[in-house]
Amino acid sequence: MTFGPAFWEIVLLSLQVASVATVFTLPPAIAMGWLLARRKFWGHGFVNGLVHLPLVLPPVVTGYLLLVVFGRQGPVGGLLNDLFGITLAFRWTGAALAAGIMAFPLMVRAIRLGFEAADRGIEDAAATLGAAPVRVFVTVTLPLVAPGILAGAVLGFAKALGEFGATITFVAAIPGQTQTIPSAIYGLLQVPGAEGDVVALVVVSVVFAMGALILSEWLARRMAQRVAA
Amino acid sequence: MLDVDIKAALGDLALDVQMQVPPGVTVLFGPSGAGKTSVINALAGLLRPDTGRISLGDRVLFEGAVNVPAHLRRVGYVFQDARLFPHLTVRQNLTYGGDHDFDRLVAVLGLEGLLDRRPAGLSGGEKQRVALGRALMTKPDVVLMDEPLAALDDPRKAEVMPYIAALGAGAGLPIIYVTHAMAEVAQLADRIVILDRGKVVRQGNLEEVLADPGAARYFAKRDAGAILACTVARHEDGVTVLASDAGEVMLPGTLGAIGDAVRLRVPAQDVILSRQPLEGQSALNMLAAEITAITPLPNENVAVMLRAGAAPLWAELTPMSVGKLGFVVGQTVYAVFKATAVGPT
Repeated sequence: MTFGPAFWEIVLLSLQVASVATVFTLPPAIAMGWLLARRKFWGHGFVNGLVHLPLVLPPVVTGYLLLVVFGRQGPVGGLLNDLFGITLAFRWTGAALAAGIMAFPLMVRAIRLGFEAADRGIEDAAATLGAAPVRVFVTVTLPLVAPGILAGAVLGFAKALGEFGATITFVAAIPGQTQTIPSAIYGLLQVPGAEGDVVALVVVSVVFAMGALILSEWLARRMAQRVAA
Repeated sequence: MLDVDIKAALGDLALDVQMQVPPGVTVLFGPSGAGKTSVINALAGLLRPDTGRISLGDRVLFEGAVNVPAHLRRVGYVFQDARLFPHLTVRQNLTYGGDHDFDRLVAVLGLEGLLDRRPAGLSGGEKQRVALGRALMTKPDVVLMDEPLAALDDPRKAEVMPYIAALGAGAGLPIIYVTHAMAEVAQLADRIVILDRGKVVRQGNLEEVLADPGAARYFAKRDAGAILACTVARHEDGVTVLASDAGEVMLPGTLGAIGDAVRLRVPAQDVILSRQPLEGQSALNMLAAEITAITPLPNENVAVMLRAGAAPLWAELTPMSVGKLGFVVGQTVYAVFKATAVGPT
């Protein structure tokens, strides 16, 4: 299988799951990062705790809760199935959901730090120049927070690529459907004589992780140059 | 006309400010912590007062439930730290809020060579000039400047100051300039509002307020004294002769062109009074003046108020000198002083 169609299927599926998870998690993570950094409200601590729950819960517990809530019999999963014909459990979309939920707290943390570090005074300046709040957010705040958002996205992508516990609990490891790199490595370790495949997948993992880090470093440096006052 | 009557509790500071700001430069003066920045933040809509009213012409900006948000106030704000957008070029910064009078302002502020640079590559003086242009291109109804020169060293101050002075002279709109630097007050202000611990303690025309010894306590000792508005009359023997309401005044050096307006500072502690015209002394200026009042100062010295021609001056003397020389109100004395120019305005 090494470097054959089955191998590439695993790699591509992993990239697909991690990319979709990152893209769909990023907007709510930006919103949550903003909310936690910029707004004082009743229940702030509770919301903060809820966001961080996947980080501290055993991943298997998160996977189990996903199964309960998003399974075909679950309250949300049943609704999605009845109304839109969307099934998450044991599908690649479910793998993306699990990866996204696990990546969410890491993304929120990085983005929140970005919002906290952004100079509010520059936003005030934009307001005195006649920019309404939405325009200030889009043209000033987001560019200032961009390095934090980028860091959150890369961290989230890496986490999504490596997610194992919640994924295998929620969607199992069905080849071609939900078998990502980590679950494939875990499965192949049980098979005698598959060490070559394991090593190949490990190398791919390392290459992706390094690639993501180098790319984000490069982008972050470019952005830092642009936003340095 | 900007009309302000606001109260706000800000931590330890109780802000309680009533002031009227006509077109021209009004300096908001006071020590650090007096609440100067809070006042202009309230005017800009960045700080909500507890009660009161702010109106600009016939537009109400704040009153009770009405609180026009910052972006609708048409206020040009120049911050102490410039606050340029770091991710935009100078040109994009300038036009962020509008491009009113773009070409002229770029020329006046000397920004032609900077338009495609980013703020990170600018000097402090350049940043402040961009911030000034950016605020003016929105065609504001009032301009607020929060110590725009405080972060600059002296050469950079000298670089930016003329632009601000020119703006004050040309624009028919209220400009509030926050500072605690007397040199900036003397050079720029038409009017002055002195703020002390959140309260307005003096407001009025600069000459009047500076001629009031009761206001002296709010200035550093070196800074108290009158301001004399003059025009350059002629140059002779390396000396510039200025015409003022007090008569002719001389300054060392060749200064300005004939007809230029010049402001002189006459620090009260540098004025020597004599009962007779003094001869054989080196100070350039001696004006005949009438004593209009003698009032004690908080520091145990005495202020001798004078009227030289039509201009108010005053001298800070010890009670001993006043007693020994027998100065009384109505008496004519001779004021001898060295004046310092505060730069052409």
